[in-house]
Amino acid sequence: MKHAMQVTVTTRTRASTVAGSVALGLIGLGLILPAFASRSLIQDLFFILTMLTLAQLWNLIAGYGGMVSVGQQAFVGIGAYAMFAGVILLGWDPVFAILLGGIAAFLLAIPMAFFAFRLQGAYFAIGTWVIAEVTRLIIAQWKTLGGGTGTSLPREATADIIGVATIANLFDLRDAAARDVLAYWLALALAVGTMAAIYALLRSRNGLALAALRDNDNAARSVGVDAGRLKWLVFLAAAAMTGLVGALIYMQTARISPDAAFSVTSWTAYVIFIVVIGGIGRLEGPILGVLVFWGLQTAFSDYGSWYLLALGLIAIAVMLFARGGFGA
Amino acid sequence: MTDVLTLTNVSKSFGALKVTDDVSFAVPKGQALGIIGPNGAGKSTLFNLITGNFLPDAGKITFLGQDVTRVPAMTRVRMGVGRSFQIPQPFEGLTVFENLLTAAAFGQGKHEGEVEADCALILQDTELLRRANDLAGSLSLLDRKRLEMARAMATGPDLLLLLDEIAGGLTEGECQALVATIKALHAKGTTIIWIEHVLHALNSVVEQLLVLDFGKVIGIGAPDEIMASREVREIYLGLEA
Repeated sequence: MKHAMQVTVTTRTRASTVAGSVALGLIGLGLILPAFASRSLIQDLFFILTMLTLAQLWNLIAGYGGMVSVGQQAFVGIGAYAMFAGVILLGWDPVFAILLGGIAAFLLAIPMAFFAFRLQGAYFAIGTWVIAEVTRLIIAQWKTLGGGTGTSLPREATADIIGVATIANLFDLRDAAARDVLAYWLALALAVGTMAAIYALLRSRNGLALAALRDNDNAARSVGVDAGRLKWLVFLAAAAMTGLVGALIYMQTARISPDAAFSVTSWTAYVIFIVVIGGIGRLEGPILGVLVFWGLQTAFSDYGSWYLLALGLIAIAVMLFARGGFGA
Repeated sequence: MTDVLTLTNVSKSFGALKVTDDVSFAVPKGQALGIIGPNGAGKSTLFNLITGNFLPDAGKITFLGQDVTRVPAMTRVRMGVGRSFQIPQPFEGLTVFENLLTAAAFGQGKHEGEVEADCALILQDTELLRRANDLAGSLSLLDRKRLEMARAMATGPDLLLLLDEIAGGLTEGECQALVATIKALHAKGTTIIWIEHVLHALNSVVEQLLVLDFGKVIGIGAPDEIMASREVREIYLGLEA
């Protein structure tokens, strides 16, 4: 850059090479982990990775995009149900049916955005929640997929999921454990892919525009930022990814019901908790948040309502006294 | 001389309140026009109509002969209209440099790399270079005002630059510094419309003065004539002539 006075300007901090190598190392370790990790560790990591991905996606739309959605469970639910429909009605392999989950969530996001984008702030949040509830009620009418009580993936579909036999041979595992490994690898791929995509978006020109929009909507439009286009882009992309995660989660559990798949507590409240305590509007926030959440969950979830009460209090305390989250 | 901006019989009401009432005027290329008037006269609304943040109920607005009455704000920025806000509205979570980069990249529809050097020059012109890497949220009032102007300049206002009370709330010294920057811009040929209460600052720059009251244009002309007119003294300065 040439100009009269010598200055060095820094824009959005690039991840250092150290951080990059550490990340690559972790991904490599994550890939080979099933060779020596216990099944329960793989299951715990599956939970952590899927929650992390959901949290990154919510952080993208709320933390960066300023759209505080309380209806993300709609995409988890519709994604999971689309995957079940693909397996049960079309006879697809569950792994490929996951893609249907992403497509279904994307399609649902179009009318949802159309209505919700007309609302601001708290009304937007409530609007997304209402649309998610409506979706749950409609899906509960779908008798072929179990109606209100739900259904399971048929045994013959789960028995020969693509790749499971190979994994079973490779690590000398029973089929059930091999399915967990497959789900874990897919979760790892989704988590890494999502974070890489978000990082790339934030480093791009659109990342600046998103940050500008978050800080001051009015001023952003006044410098030529196309606010509408950007919000649509981010909302639809996050919805499709959330649908993929939902489908994957229910491929692993192999059992679905409307109340569980469209649970506002599991798929939105916990996710918001993770983002808020980790640090909203930062890529590393959800990573820290999900570890804290998992720790709390493992240690205290036996306490039932008291546990939820404690989660709420922690979230409030963080919002009041450490607004940047633990990561700040 | 061609007119950069023309307003023809432009009106805007909020409910029963007529905020802009049949306003017509033209700004020739390269002119600096000052707008004065009491609080609530509809000055900022006039800016919002020119930038496209509000759409008029009646009348016509053109840039360089092109009708933009219904053109969205975003497009007008890209056509070359930059504006600063009366109350500074920085992107607080971004650095000063990033604030400019955003404005330049989106206001001119270019890649960041192409506008980085321009942004640095604007920062130098507005005396913000030393704060380039600081978060905009940490700036003092003067620097926020400078940033407002710098950001408006970064959008590439080759057509028109709108400044809304940029000198308000500054000390005399700070005000002088800002006036010098605006003068330099004007000398480069930028067409400027400037709303200001700080009259001596305004009058040291502008060639024309427009007086607005209750949404109506009361007078337009050379600054000394306008300031001397009985009507303006009564309405604007509250003096009995």
